[in-house]
Amino acid sequence: MKTKLKLLAGTTALVLASLAQAQAESMTVVSFGGAYGAAQKEHMIDPFVAETGNEILFEDYSGGIAEIKAQVEAGNVQWDVVDIETIDLERACSEGLLEVIPQDILPAGDDGVAAAEDFVPEAIASECGVGVIVWSIIFAYNGAAEGDKPATIADFFDTEKFPGKRALRKRPQVNLEWALIADGVAPADVYSVLATEEGQARAFAKLDTIKNDIVWFDSWSQAPQLLNDGGASMVQSANGRIFSAIKEDGKPFEIVWDSHVYDLDVWAVVAGSEKKDTAFEFISYATGSKPLAGMADVAYGPTRKSSTPYVDASVNEDLPTAHLDQGLKADGIFWADFGETLGERFNEWMLK
Amino acid sequence: MKHLPAYFTFWHILGHYSLKWTAYLVLAFLMLPIVIIVPLSFNAEPYFTFTDGMLALDPAAYSTRWYQAIFSDANWLLSIKNSFLIGALAATLSTVLGTIAAVGLSSPVMPFKRLITALLLSPMIVPLIIIAAGMFFFYTRFNLVGSYAGLVIAHAALGVPFVIITVTATLSGFDRSLYNAGISMGASPVKVFWDVVIPLIRPGVISGGLFAFVTSFDEVVLVLFLAGPEQRTIPRQMFSGLREQINPTILAVATLLILISIALLVTLEILRRRSERMRGTEF
Amino acid sequence: MTPSALDANDTASARRELRRRKLTAFLFVAPLLLFLVFAFVAPIATMLVRSVYHPVVSELIPETLEALKDWDGEALPPAEARAVFAADLKRLAGERLSGKLAEEINRALPGSSSTIKASARKLGRMDDAELASAGGAILAAADAAWENPKIWKAIRDAGAAYTPDYYLTALDLEMADGGGVQPRDGAKIYVDLYTKTLRIALYITVLTLIGGYPLAYYLANAESKNANMLMVFVLLPFWTSLLVRTTSWIALLQTSGVVNSVLTGAGITRSPLEMLYTQFSTVLAMTHILMPFMILPLYSVMKGIDPSYMRAAMSMGSKPIPAFLKIYLPMTLPGLSAGVLLVFIISVGYYITPALVGGTDGQMISNIIAFHMQQSNNWELAAALGSLLLAMILVLYWVYDRFVGAGNIKLG
Repeated sequence: MKTKLKLLAGTTALVLASLAQAQAESMTVVSFGGAYGAAQKEHMIDPFVAETGNEILFEDYSGGIAEIKAQVEAGNVQWDVVDIETIDLERACSEGLLEVIPQDILPAGDDGVAAAEDFVPEAIASECGVGVIVWSIIFAYNGAAEGDKPATIADFFDTEKFPGKRALRKRPQVNLEWALIADGVAPADVYSVLATEEGQARAFAKLDTIKNDIVWFDSWSQAPQLLNDGGASMVQSANGRIFSAIKEDGKPFEIVWDSHVYDLDVWAVVAGSEKKDTAFEFISYATGSKPLAGMADVAYGPTRKSSTPYVDASVNEDLPTAHLDQGLKADGIFWADFGETLGERFNEWMLK
Repeated sequence: MKHLPAYFTFWHILGHYSLKWTAYLVLAFLMLPIVIIVPLSFNAEPYFTFTDGMLALDPAAYSTRWYQAIFSDANWLLSIKNSFLIGALAATLSTVLGTIAAVGLSSPVMPFKRLITALLLSPMIVPLIIIAAGMFFFYTRFNLVGSYAGLVIAHAALGVPFVIITVTATLSGFDRSLYNAGISMGASPVKVFWDVVIPLIRPGVISGGLFAFVTSFDEVVLVLFLAGPEQRTIPRQMFSGLREQINPTILAVATLLILISIALLVTLEILRRRSERMRGTEF
Repeated sequence: MTPSALDANDTASARRELRRRKLTAFLFVAPLLLFLVFAFVAPIATMLVRSVYHPVVSELIPETLEALKDWDGEALPPAEARAVFAADLKRLAGERLSGKLAEEINRALPGSSSTIKASARKLGRMDDAELASAGGAILAAADAAWENPKIWKAIRDAGAAYTPDYYLTALDLEMADGGGVQPRDGAKIYVDLYTKTLRIALYITVLTLIGGYPLAYYLANAESKNANMLMVFVLLPFWTSLLVRTTSWIALLQTSGVVNSVLTGAGITRSPLEMLYTQFSTVLAMTHILMPFMILPLYSVMKGIDPSYMRAAMSMGSKPIPAFLKIYLPMTLPGLSAGVLLVFIISVGYYITPALVGGTDGQMISNIIAFHMQQSNNWELAAALGSLLLAMILVLYWVYDRFVGAGNIKLG
C-alpha cells in the first residue's frame, strides 16, 4: 500500500510539474472563430508559431469587453492578445483594460513604406490596438426562399411585407443604429440622435415593433447557421461569414449592403498580460503586409496599403471598401461614452 | 404480472395495460435522446439532422469524419486530457477526505451529526452558479482562478457529498464491533481504519470515487468561471461548441461519452453486487 | 458511602471515555470540514459580503466624498466640492479609471455614465490650477447634467461602502427621495424572473412526477429480471453527461431537427414548429434530465411495499382508485416527498440547460446571475441575486432535511 501511495504521489507531482511548465510557455490569442478564425489561424497564428517556436492557444469568444474586464478587474489575466472590434476598443482602452502598444514595433510594408504611412489612418488611431481588417455588419437573406427580396434596412424592420424571424446579435451596438435608420434618420445623424434621450427612446420603440420576430444570437458563427437551418429569414452578420458560406459551402445567400455599419478589428493586448513581449512580437508579425492580405480570403479588407498586391482582385467587389458610400462608420467614441448606459437599457428592454 | 388475478374486471385490465404502456412511453422518452445521437454522429454532412441519404441507408451518407476531427484537433485533445486529469485528481482528493470523514460521521457518538451531515452534503444542493460566483470571488485572492489547482479543489468540493453518501451507506452495513475490537486490542484508530475498515468498505469507497470522478468529468459551470484557456475540459468545449458553432464533432464526442457512461454503469453494478455479497457474508 | 464514590468514579471515567470517542469521531471529520470551509463555505460567504460591501467608489474619489459630507443633498453642492470632484475626475482620467467611476455611478443613476466619461475626456486636457479655481463651471460647460443635483446625489450615494442598493435592485425597489423604499420605475424585472423560475421548476416537478410515478410503480412491481433490465434504461440517461443530453435535445428540437422532420414528413404540421430556444424546450429537456431524480427515490420506497396490501384491498371489493389513494399513495409519501423536493431544488438553480436551449424566453434566475457575472460585470448585483436564490434553496433544503433527512439521499 505504501509503495502504491508513493507511486501515486510521485506521478501526481510529475504531472503537476509538467502542467505548470506547459502553462508558462504558451500564449493565449483570442478571436471570433468560424471562417474568420480559420483565416487568422492559417495566415497569422500558424506561420508565427512555425517561425518563432512560441506556443499559442487560439481561443474563441463572441466579442464585447466583458470578459476582458472581468479578468483585469479580478486580477487574473488569462488572455494575452485579443481581436477587438473598434466599436468596443475605445471603451476598453479608456477603462485601462488594454496595454498601450508602442507603434515603433510595427514593421514597414513589404514595399518599404513606413508603417505610419502604410496603414490606413484608422488602423493605428488608437494607442491600444493595431488594425487587422476592415469589415462590415450587413444583413443577409436566403436567395432560395420564395417571395420578395429585401433590399433596404427598412425592409429588415418591415415584418408585414417580409414576414419571418430576424436574427440579431444580442447587444445594443449596431441594432440601435439600424433601428434609427429604418425609422428615417439620415445615416450621418444617427449618432447625434442616439446621444439624446428622445433618440434612444425612438430607437427602442422601433426595435419594439419587431421584438417578437427577433432571434438573438451571441456569436457571429451562429448567423450563417441560422440562415441555413431556417431559424431566421434575415440575419445580421459580419460580411465575411456570409461570403464564406456562399463561396465555400455554395449557399444561395444574398448580402444586402444598404446601411451596413463598417468597422475595423484590431489586435490588442490585455492589460497585465504576463506575455506582453511575445504578444507585441505576435502583433507586429500578424500585421505585416502578407498576413493581413490573407484576411481577404473571407472578404475582409486589409488595413495596409502594401497588402493590396497580394489580394486576389476578384474579391474586391465583396470587400466592405467597395460599398463605403452605402454604409455608416461605427463610432467607437460614442459607444465608449454610451455603452454602459445603453447596454443597461438594452438588457432591461430584453427582459421586459 | 404474467397472469392477472381472477377478480380483475375490465377496468382493472385496462388500468393494467395503460400502466404498462405509460411506463414504456416514459422509458422511450428517457432513452430517445441517448439513442438518437449515435447515428447522427456518423453523418457525412455537417448538420445535426438525418439527411435523405442517411434515411435511405446509403453508406456514402455515413462517415467517421467527425471522429477523426476530434483526434486531429489540438483543443479537443487538450480538453480530453484535462477532463481525465482534473477528474482523477479531484476524485482522489474528495474520496480520501470523504472516506475518513464518513467513518467519523457514522460513529454513534459523533457530535452535531445532523448539522455536519447537512453541511457536508450541501455542495450537492447549492446551485452551481452560486458556488461558481463565490469561488470566482474567493479563489482569485489565492491566484487559483485559471489554474489546475483551483479546478481540482473546486471539483473535489462538489464530489464530497457523493463520497459521503456511498461510503456511509456501506458503513451502515459494517459491524462496528470489529472497529471497537481493534481499538480495545490496543491499535490506534488510524491503524484500525487502514487495516480493518478500508478493506471492508472498499466497494463503497470505489463507487463513491467514481461518482466524484463523474461529477467532475461532467461539470461545466465551475469550469466556465474558474478555468483559463489552458484548463478547457470536454464539457466546456461542448458548451462553447453548442453556443457558437454547432457541428457533428460534438455528437461524436457525445457518443464517446455515452460509451464511457455505459462502462461506468457496468462497473458500478459489479461493485454493488460485490458489496452486497460482502454484507451477506457478515450476517 | 463507598458504592456511591465508586459510582462517581465510574461515571467520570465513562464520561471521559465518551468524550474521547466523540473527539476521535470529530477528528475523523475535521480534515474534510476544514477543506470544505476553505473550498466551499468561504467562497459563498465572500459572495454574501460582496452583495452589501462595495468600496470601489469610496476608494476612487475619497476627497470628493469628504467634500460632499456636509452637503444637504437638496441644492447644487458648493463650488469648492465640485472643484474637488473636477480635480478627482481629471486624475482618474489620467489613470484610466474614469470609466470605472462612470460605470459605478451609472448603476445609481442610469444614463450618467456618458456624462462622466465625456466630461472626463474633456477635463483630461485642462490645467490643474484652472480646475481648482473654476472646476464646477468647467464641468457645467462640459455637460449640463452637472447643474442638476441628481448626479451629485448619485455620486454621494455610490460612495457608501456598505449599501443595501443591490438587494433593492434585485427586488425591483429603490430608495425614495425622502428616505424609505419605493418600487422602481419600469417593469418588474427580477421579481418576475424569480416567479418565472419557480413556475418553470414547478412545471418540471409536476411533469417528472406524472411520468416518474407510473414508471417507478411499474418497475417496482415487474418481475425482477425484467425490472433490472428496464432499470438500465433509467440509469443510463442518469449517468450520461448533462451536455450530451442537452446536445441531443438541440438535435431533436431545432427547426430542421428530427422532431420537425417527422412532424412535417407525416403531414401533421405544414411548416416546422419553433421549439428550440423557448421555455418549452427548457422545460422538456430539464424534465428529461431530472426524471431519474424522481424515479429513483420512488422506486426504492415502492420496492419495499408489499403488493399484497393492494391485492387484499382490491380482492375485498375496493375500487382500484380509492384503494390506491387510501392505501398505496400514503405509503409512497417518503419517496414522493424526496423526489419532489429534490427535483424542485435542483431545477430552481439550474443553469446549463436553459442557457443552451432556453433562448430569451426560457432563461431562469441562474442565467441572469451568470449574465451579471460575465456580461454586464455587475458582480454586486449578481451576488445579491445569488444570495436571494441561496436563501430560497436553503429554506427548501431545510424542509428536505426535516421531512426526508439529508443523509437519506439515494444514488442509483
